Amino acid sequence: MDLRFSPEELAFRDEVRTFFRTEVPLSIRRKVIEGRELTREDIVTSHKTLYKRGWATPGWAKEWGGTGWSPIQFYMFGEEMQLNGVPAPVGFNVTMHGPVLIQFGTEAQKKHHLPRIAACDDFWCQGFSEPGSGSDLASLKTTAVRQGDHYIVNGQKIWTTLAQYADWIFCLVRTDPNAPKKQLGISYLMIDMKTPGISHRPIVTMDGTREINEVFFDNVKVPVENLVGEEGKGWDCAKYLLGNERTGIARVGTSKMRVARIKELARIVPSGAGSLMDDPQFAEKVAMVEVELKALEMTQLRIISDDRKSGRGGKPNPASSILKIKGSELQQATTELLMEIAGPLALPYVRQDADEPGHNEGEVGVDWALPTAPQYFNNRKVSIYGGTNEIQHNIIAKAVLGF
Amino acid sequence: MPPMDLELTDEQRLLKDSVDGLLARRYPDVVKTRVEMMKEPGGYSAAGWKEWADQGLLAIPFSEDDGGLDQGSVEMMIVGEAIGRTLALEPYLATVVLGGGALRHAGSAAQRQALVPAIADGSLTLALAHQEKQSRFDLFDVGVTAKPDGAGGFVIEGEKMVVLNGDSADKLIVSARVSGDRRAKDGIGLFLVDGKAAGVSRRGYPTQDGRRAADISFSSVKVGKDGILGESGQGLAALERTVDEAIAFLAAEAVGAMDVLHETTLDYLKTRKQFGVAIGSFQVLQHRSVDMFTALEQSKSILIYGTMMAGEDDALGRRKAMHAVKVQVGKAGRHIGQDAVQLHGGIGMTAEYKVSHYFKRLTMIDLAFGNADHHLRELARLGGLIEASKPAA
Ligand SMILES: Cc1cc2nc3c(=O)[nH]c(=O)nc-3n(C[C@H](O)[C@H](O)[C@H](O)COP(=O)(O)OP(=O)(O)OC[C@H]3O[C@@H](n4cnc5c(N)ncnc54)[C@H](O)[C@@H]3O)c2cc1C
Repeated sequence: MDLRFSPEELAFRDEVRTFFRTEVPLSIRRKVIEGRELTREDIVTSHKTLYKRGWATPGWAKEWGGTGWSPIQFYMFGEEMQLNGVPAPVGFNVTMHGPVLIQFGTEAQKKHHLPRIAACDDFWCQGFSEPGSGSDLASLKTTAVRQGDHYIVNGQKIWTTLAQYADWIFCLVRTDPNAPKKQLGISYLMIDMKTPGISHRPIVTMDGTREINEVFFDNVKVPVENLVGEEGKGWDCAKYLLGNERTGIARVGTSKMRVARIKELARIVPSGAGSLMDDPQFAEKVAMVEVELKALEMTQLRIISDDRKSGRGGKPNPASSILKIKGSELQQATTELLMEIAGPLALPYVRQDADEPGHNEGEVGVDWALPTAPQYFNNRKVSIYGGTNEIQHNIIAKAVLGF
Repeated sequence: MPPMDLELTDEQRLLKDSVDGLLARRYPDVVKTRVEMMKEPGGYSAAGWKEWADQGLLAIPFSEDDGGLDQGSVEMMIVGEAIGRTLALEPYLATVVLGGGALRHAGSAAQRQALVPAIADGSLTLALAHQEKQSRFDLFDVGVTAKPDGAGGFVIEGEKMVVLNGDSADKLIVSARVSGDRRAKDGIGLFLVDGKAAGVSRRGYPTQDGRRAADISFSSVKVGKDGILGESGQGLAALERTVDEAIAFLAAEAVGAMDVLHETTLDYLKTRKQFGVAIGSFQVLQHRSVDMFTALEQSKSILIYGTMMAGEDDALGRRKAMHAVKVQVGKAGRHIGQDAVQLHGGIGMTAEYKVSHYFKRLTMIDLAFGNADHHLRELARLGGLIEASKPAA
């Protein structure tokens, strides 16, 4: 066990830190740190900045633009990105669909799509969940019926994040309703969002933002070339993808960044004769989060090191569900503390869209406090998406504890 | 302490039926009705407010001499719970509980008799402007100043923040410093200011929980003798008493909201199917539902205690009780709200579905008049609810 980072590793950390701080616009990073909403342009700008440096797709195979970093380098890269408020490269492109294509796609698919995915010339979204199929994803009902050179897709997806920005959607569809196991009738399709018959409707979340959608498919013609992997083997792609999604989800750096922000703001908020940060009750709550965060950070490093030794290579470690559970809890705890700092000043709601009910009469509230409640509300999602925390408990119970 | 009777009287039951009936009728679909009302100028329906008045609901806590019904905290609890169940947007808290409370506890007979009839018939709305940018949960932290104008009146200067329904209230009750340092407990006055008075500038906005509030600046605002509530500089006690009543009222609202969230979630667990079965068949979710139910029942119980103590004249006993109430309700509201969202999955996150509206209201109730942490700290500082035993002699 060597618990120190090597000089090379530390030099690498400095390099990425400097890059993030000098190359990614401060205006975008401030939005992340202050908990404000990002536009499509912000996300793409950040993605493309990393892309130009060769860092948008570090986890990919080298021939497709991966960096070949060590697990420690990955960890440092992710941590610095989050600490400095850098929006991650589009996850649907980079950690979800890209790796699936590299693993399961044809040469032609890879050649055509991977460069565009990496550069974010196409923005992708994920069409897995359906109204009747969330935790029980394999029960999905959207159908794809083969007709000559095309599949005809009918059905509905829901909770589709940023579908309104997307050029393409990767979908799980049912190609064989009579398969002996429901998982075996599922295929993985890439669908151009401009295809006739696709429509989407925004679903406003409780914080007032429009990040999720319903996506409807009405006799949508999809060329068979857009099938990834074999027909009926889409579930393998899905399992592979969900495993990758889970490892990125601890977001230790994001929570650390928020703790730093908590301390910054709690110092300017008066409480009693001093500041809120002088209040032992509050300071202890923050310290407790820091303890848990440190343990989680070390858990993450242990899982990385374990994966390296076992040569698990790509296969998700079931213990990574711990990262999802604890990581989401800490994201929620930190956003909750930020709202507590604001206290009654968290109340004003600033309308984003002209068609929202209510009206504002000029500049209101205290600027730093305004995003705290929406950010807390929005972060309730992190224990729901990517497999709910209850489902993560089931995974650990089964795959780790052997129940 | 009033005698303890956990059953509602016949009159109270009638009141409950009538207020529940009114709100069920006015809020047939919580989400849609709220969205419609939020488009109205003050963020609620003026016609609806008139109905509240017609049913006598706006007169409940005021004495008969002043034009009220002389009813007590049980009746207020009944109204609070009904508001909590329907998330009604009418400015009952602002006008009757807060504004009315300050008027009852600080106003002279002449002031009360001039205003209460208008409150009761729905023609006068009030707002309590007590909060400031730096004041957080301390009612005595008052930087807005009131200086004598030499003619028996005062001139008010400064800014108040997040004044509930302050954008539309006809009259504001403003806490302002007559003397002493910003955080001195003495020297705070309460002043009745017309919402449209010269020098009052209000910036209204929707709140996170769908209501409305305003930031209000006062620039050389003149208040005549008749606008001074109570003895000049001795306003804090009345303000604290008013806020104690508001805490009991908010606890009732929170219980109403928690009740709906628990019921709605329970129902969802029994009907939502995944893996071919109702998700409520998973034992872990049954236990989560049981925990929500337990938190709800504990809150209902502490609400009865709070209701009993809200009218207590002994300030220390009342204060401690309200600390306890706000802690229990704040914690339970957070727990029930968060789990209601979680156990609904994706649908729980949406603005279209009612769960998020109740969750947000409960979150904001916790942040109003001191969150659970604040009241826990204060209760501990005051020695808690149970006295230490003495060593055996
Ligand atoms: C903001 C947001 C963004 C999202 N983005 C996307 C996206 O881009 N693409 C996409 O495809 N999906 C997306 N999702 C969907 C997400 O993956 C699902 O919401 C999630 O899988 C849960 O499904 P559900 O909402 O249908 O809840 P359900 O599966 O109905 O679950 C309801 C409750 O039951 C519990 N439960 C279910 N089964 C069990 C069990 N066996 N044991 C114990 N408890 C159980 C759950 O934990 C939950 O608490 C998003 C969701 C959210 C909230």
